[in-house]
Amino acid sequence: MDDLINDFLAETRDLLQALGGVIVAWEAEPSDRARLDEIFRFVHTVKGNCGFFDLPRLQQLSHAAEDALADVRAGRRTPDATLVSAVLAVIDRIGELVQALETGEALASEDDEQLIAALSDRPAPPAVDAHGSGPAPEAKKAMRSIRLSVELLDRMMSGVSDAVLARNELARRLRDAPRDVAIEAAFERVSACIAEIRDAITRTRMQRIDNLFSALPRMVRDLSSDLGKQVRLQVDGGDVELDREMIEMIRDPLTHIVRNAIDHGIEPAEERRKAGKEGAGQLKVAARQAGNQILIELADDGRGIDGEALARQAVAAGLLSREAAELLTPSQKTALIFAPGVSTADEVTAISGRGVGMDVVRANIERIGGVVDIDSRTGQGVRLCIRVPLTLTIIPALTVSAGGQVFAIPRSAIEEILRARGGAARIDSVGEALVATIRGQRVPLVSLADLLGAGAGAAAEEGKIILLKPAGGGVYALSVDSVHDHEELVVKPAAPAVMAAGLYAGTTLADDGRPILLLDPSGIAQAAGLRETEAAPAQPAAEPAEAMPGRRDSMVLLFRDLDGRSRAVPVAVVERIEDVAAAAVRFSAGKLRASIGERILPLAGCAAPPPEGKLRILRLTDGTSEIAFAFAEVIDIRSLPIDLQPPPVPGEVAGVALIDGNQVELLDPYWLFASHGDAVAPSGEAPVCALPEGDPWIDNMLRPLIESLGYRIVAAGPGVEADILIASADSAAETEAFSGEVLRLRSRPELAGGNDNSIYRYDRAALLDALSRGMAKGSANG
Amino acid sequence: MADLLLIVQLAGRRVAFPASEVEAVVELEGLTAAPRSAAHVAGLSALRSRVLTVIDAVASLEFGRAGLGGLLEAIVVPSGGHTYALLVDAVEDVVEAAGPPAPVRAPAGPGWDRVALGMVDAGDDLLLLVDPHALIAGPNARAA
Repeated sequence: MDDLINDFLAETRDLLQALGGVIVAWEAEPSDRARLDEIFRFVHTVKGNCGFFDLPRLQQLSHAAEDALADVRAGRRTPDATLVSAVLAVIDRIGELVQALETGEALASEDDEQLIAALSDRPAPPAVDAHGSGPAPEAKKAMRSIRLSVELLDRMMSGVSDAVLARNELARRLRDAPRDVAIEAAFERVSACIAEIRDAITRTRMQRIDNLFSALPRMVRDLSSDLGKQVRLQVDGGDVELDREMIEMIRDPLTHIVRNAIDHGIEPAEERRKAGKEGAGQLKVAARQAGNQILIELADDGRGIDGEALARQAVAAGLLSREAAELLTPSQKTALIFAPGVSTADEVTAISGRGVGMDVVRANIERIGGVVDIDSRTGQGVRLCIRVPLTLTIIPALTVSAGGQVFAIPRSAIEEILRARGGAARIDSVGEALVATIRGQRVPLVSLADLLGAGAGAAAEEGKIILLKPAGGGVYALSVDSVHDHEELVVKPAAPAVMAAGLYAGTTLADDGRPILLLDPSGIAQAAGLRETEAAPAQPAAEPAEAMPGRRDSMVLLFRDLDGRSRAVPVAVVERIEDVAAAAVRFSAGKLRASIGERILPLAGCAAPPPEGKLRILRLTDGTSEIAFAFAEVIDIRSLPIDLQPPPVPGEVAGVALIDGNQVELLDPYWLFASHGDAVAPSGEAPVCALPEGDPWIDNMLRPLIESLGYRIVAAGPGVEADILIASADSAAETEAFSGEVLRLRSRPELAGGNDNSIYRYDRAALLDALSRGMAKGSANG
Repeated sequence: MADLLLIVQLAGRRVAFPASEVEAVVELEGLTAAPRSAAHVAGLSALRSRVLTVIDAVASLEFGRAGLGGLLEAIVVPSGGHTYALLVDAVEDVVEAAGPPAPVRAPAGPGWDRVALGMVDAGDDLLLLVDPHALIAGPNARAA
């Protein structure tokens, strides 16, 4: 019976933890049925189990909550703030009771009645405070039962690791020995068994970091409401898996850092607005795996750390002489936050001033072989990065060689493997840098042999290219001499003197017993000096505009056409670059067409089929159809020039821009597709789009795009009837009188302000999305 | 009980290591290079199922680099959770120390000063007692 109760308590605790985020989401959106159902299921489960175990208090509480929620589900009650608070209070109390049962403490039961009364729909006495009553749940030392000792799991794990090594050794010997089918079959079986055991043991030790993160929304909510601040939490990478023990070790430091960020980092709303920031502070928590390390990044956009104040404190505390303090760099001053006895808080607060400082945080993380880095910008926020090792892990890896030496690359980071010569990839030297073009995508190319200085590797064109996507970073290509094998490797941390290179994630042993270094894809990107382009943010407002210049869809490909003119085309529409034989180009059915593989594409950019040899073409796509454009050579990739000189008549050139002092014609892909592409016949009643007249960009580039979607175009003006109206965000066109959908376009990538709902005019995806919405509306009206 | 000393030839001199710090004496062949690592890392090797980080003791003393051809004699030293192999010219003998190490009152010379634990009386000779961990840490670890 005791075991059963323990299981029930552990299960309830896990459920509560997972429920943390759901509750906060429900509070924000009480009408959210899915969340309501989840909470209902929880109290229902608790109630059922309590009846079985004879736990009357828990049963009463969960029963009352279940009744109230059942009323909401049946539509007899509407969830309001009082009800939500009352339910939260009951769920909190369930948590406290569960903890009390585990630790064998007594918990006063007087206010159970009050909590239950608050749930009823009659106005309850406002005595109940949803979350301020008593000490915060974190104050008590929570007991986390481990039903298997971690030490035992460790022993199992290292035993299995050795078994894998022994199996690899045996495999090698079997390969050298004369073949014996019976022995090989037996070996296969042993091998499969070991793989299975290893899987199982790895899983017992690994836990999703979500277990750690799921408590954050609730904590942030409680803290920020206690402090009267608004904080928006963004959690990312919850599916990263981490050793169970490691999660426990990080729990306290992480909690502490989050508290600090909210208490000291993020300013009150009015102070933030004065500083020109959004009222609600941002707290981003993200985890990602890099080789055999886990990176946990915590970034806030608060006031930052006052390095000068820290230096003064350190001097006052006698940790540092005044002279030494003056010599410190700003980042060294920021790092003083990790020194014992130093805190930025002027006064000790109830939230984070509990005497646990950042020095303890760092000590805890270093104890498990981790590292903490801090980066603070005054007025902009603090970014803390915790790196902890995965310790003993077996990871699937690819072995490659470069400069005559074998290395391993974690398979999780590998997107694709290509032959440099196969035609799938093209390699260009851009200055000193190498750029690989793979299906129209341009990625920086790093030569592993050159980077390591490990002897002369084969030229990049000879070997293989591996497309790598390091966790959290941008894709790049790595050229190696050859690719060997997929292997499961037992990775152990390398010695500090080796890790200092910043290129390796650990060491491992090959089948033949030789050591192999496991490469760290993000470390290589850093060592090669690749600039990280951040992935597009989920919310448009979440990132400042500084990431914009690198955006692929605002880049143009500069090339020389067959007549020797410099021209450019948006990179976003280039599918790939290809060579076609002259014989594959024919003048047929009134158009010049090129046959490529199984397809026939309309060909633009040349007047007649070439007499012989090969023709280089750009394959341009608008998402549904493709056309080919003949050209002579690629020059470069540049960002889209803002100032375009429009041509007198619409044509295949959208405008002329000045790039490096040369006039470059920017091709008009919309026009190209409109005149060369295979037209899509309009069907049924066409929706109507009103366009302002006289804007060459709209006439030349936008209009064909809108027409290709099947819209009928009318001129915008007072009293015009249309399903959708396009207006420029820069000029104050009259849109008030218009009843249909209004689409505002701006010519600059940056948003003008917080409530700017316009679309950047080269943001093709957003444009198409808005237009197809208008189309759906149009057909609904008609 | 008297301490055991492992006497080796290192960078052309006879020195002693505390034998308690040394796990084994091995011969290594064919190191795996570890490009861009610290200068005193000669490469990697393996002992049974463990990876050894091979330390070029000559480079650690900042006397240049040891030659890395043929069979290399090394002593295996566990340090800070990792296992290292320290390359030496030759391993001579294990002897009992005649007494506790005494401080060297004159400078032991550039390079040696950083790794010296003192001098010990090893039977007939007075030898420099070398800290293998200081050799492993390398010349740049001085500040820490």
